Amino acid sequence: MAISISRWVQMGLLVLAVVLPLAIQNNFYLDVLTIIFFTAYLGQSWNILGGYAGQFSFGGVMFFGTGAYASTILWTTYGIPPIYGVFVAILAGAIVGLIVGYASFRYGLRGSYFALITLAFAEMLRIIANSVEFTGGGVGIFLNFEPSIMNLQFINARGFYYLSLGMVVISIIIAMWLERSRFGAQLIAIRENEDAAEALGINVLRSKILAIMIMGGMGGAAGTFYAQKYLYLDPPIAYSIALSVEMLLVTIVGGMGTVFGPLVGSFVLHIVTEVAKHLIESPGLSLIVYGFILILIIAYLPNGLIGLFKGLSGKRGK
Amino acid sequence: MALLLDVKSISKSFGGLKAVSDASLSVDEGKIVSLIGPNGAGKTTLFAIISGFLGADSGSVFLNNENITGMKPHRICDKGMVRTFQITQPFASLSTLENIMVGAYKNTSLKAKAKQKATEVAELVGMTHLLNTEANSLTVAGRKRLELARALATDPKLLLLDEVMAGLNPSEIDEIVNIIKIIRDSGVTIFLIEHVMKAVVNLSDYSYVLNDGVLIAHGTPKQIANDPLVIEAYLGQGAAKAMTKNTPTKAKASKTSKKGGKS
Repeated sequence: MAISISRWVQMGLLVLAVVLPLAIQNNFYLDVLTIIFFTAYLGQSWNILGGYAGQFSFGGVMFFGTGAYASTILWTTYGIPPIYGVFVAILAGAIVGLIVGYASFRYGLRGSYFALITLAFAEMLRIIANSVEFTGGGVGIFLNFEPSIMNLQFINARGFYYLSLGMVVISIIIAMWLERSRFGAQLIAIRENEDAAEALGINVLRSKILAIMIMGGMGGAAGTFYAQKYLYLDPPIAYSIALSVEMLLVTIVGGMGTVFGPLVGSFVLHIVTEVAKHLIESPGLSLIVYGFILILIIAYLPNGLIGLFKGLSGKRGK
Repeated sequence: MALLLDVKSISKSFGGLKAVSDASLSVDEGKIVSLIGPNGAGKTTLFAIISGFLGADSGSVFLNNENITGMKPHRICDKGMVRTFQITQPFASLSTLENIMVGAYKNTSLKAKAKQKATEVAELVGMTHLLNTEANSLTVAGRKRLELARALATDPKLLLLDEVMAGLNPSEIDEIVNIIKIIRDSGVTIFLIEHVMKAVVNLSDYSYVLNDGVLIAHGTPKQIANDPLVIEAYLGQGAAKAMTKNTPTKAKASKTSKKGGKS
């Protein structure tokens, strides 16, 4: 019974999200919502490897950046429209995931070592992108604004809003599938105890690599979306450490290993940021408020905001 | 009687320490075979090698006449041999049911089927009332059972049990001895490491004794209990001599070694 109620709530929120742009004419609010969805989507990609499989990456941006470059270069240099390019971006992200996953999991890197190696890979890719010709080097690449579905560009904020909403819905569907599939159960088993998982017949190496490839593919698509919306790409943007941090932050705040954690975390953090910006005059102070709220959540809600909801509803009293 | 597990002259050193040297043993299908020995004898090391968690320096392991030496544990599990851990390794934040389902997913990709299998196994090991309990909050006895249940849910041919009775009280031991017998009767061969002598004598069809990495004796539990080498391994040099001098009866000897086994 309780499950069906939360299903209704979810459907209601989805319908609300779909009709919202009809009510909101202000592009600013739609843009904020678009960024919230975009970050939630990236958070979900991090969540699959970090939240479900328990492998914390600190360089999630490497898939995003590689995907962004892949579809952008295909478009600007070879004239292949991004609606096809996005699939190349997904593939490119997944391949980077395969390489990084194999290189690190094959040798049993875990915990902070894995986190650091992903950070190193992301930095390496940034430096490569900075020094080779076809990425435009440090100058970057300017994209043309030619709104059409083929180019995944839209005249107004509404189009990008719906695209980001679609992405976040897909990411949630992936997480829901994980929660009820064998693959998801195996990832969780790996997170909880790798040796026991291996003993029970789970191919730990293969499962981890698959998880990082899913993360990579999702990240790649996000790269295409970003480039088509903001029309400029250079190495510090494509491989920004800040974005790596943001995707893990929204997930940790919302609740790791939960379907809605990244979305909830993204909402809360962005709204806190926006409100703090409006209420507090001096620019630095809003960051302090942001940091303070982060500390509170991490200190008192180890299971994230979703954990708080679950605790209140007494579903898993812990 | 078909030979299920055949271990051929396994050796393993850690630096200068020879943990296992030239150990050979075999397990027949349908039997309960035990591996005993004092603390630090190398039993768990040998188990880890057999189950693929540790590489051997030399020697080989055959399961059903297939060479499985150097295979990864998950591949060995595919072949039908699965181990439990002496120090229990639960999926801590998952419920008992979810824990066992991970094992059950070995042979099905369907959640409903895995759930059904897990429920059946839970009933077999007497954990039905604990299905929704988080593994974290299980007692020691509960965790030991969970280890057993998870492994059993993979439908193995051969179960390696590493001290599933350690830390249990006598009535809990009796229960788990019964469960192991039921599992054996259902067609699963069992190879176990055990310290609880009463259980070993009660359960095993055949025993191997490991001391300082060397297999010093094997035979039926009764033969083992009277073997002077075994008694010395447990009680120290000269113990066998002293005992035969004072109390040469069989019963006494086995009783004393029981005491030694608990230490």
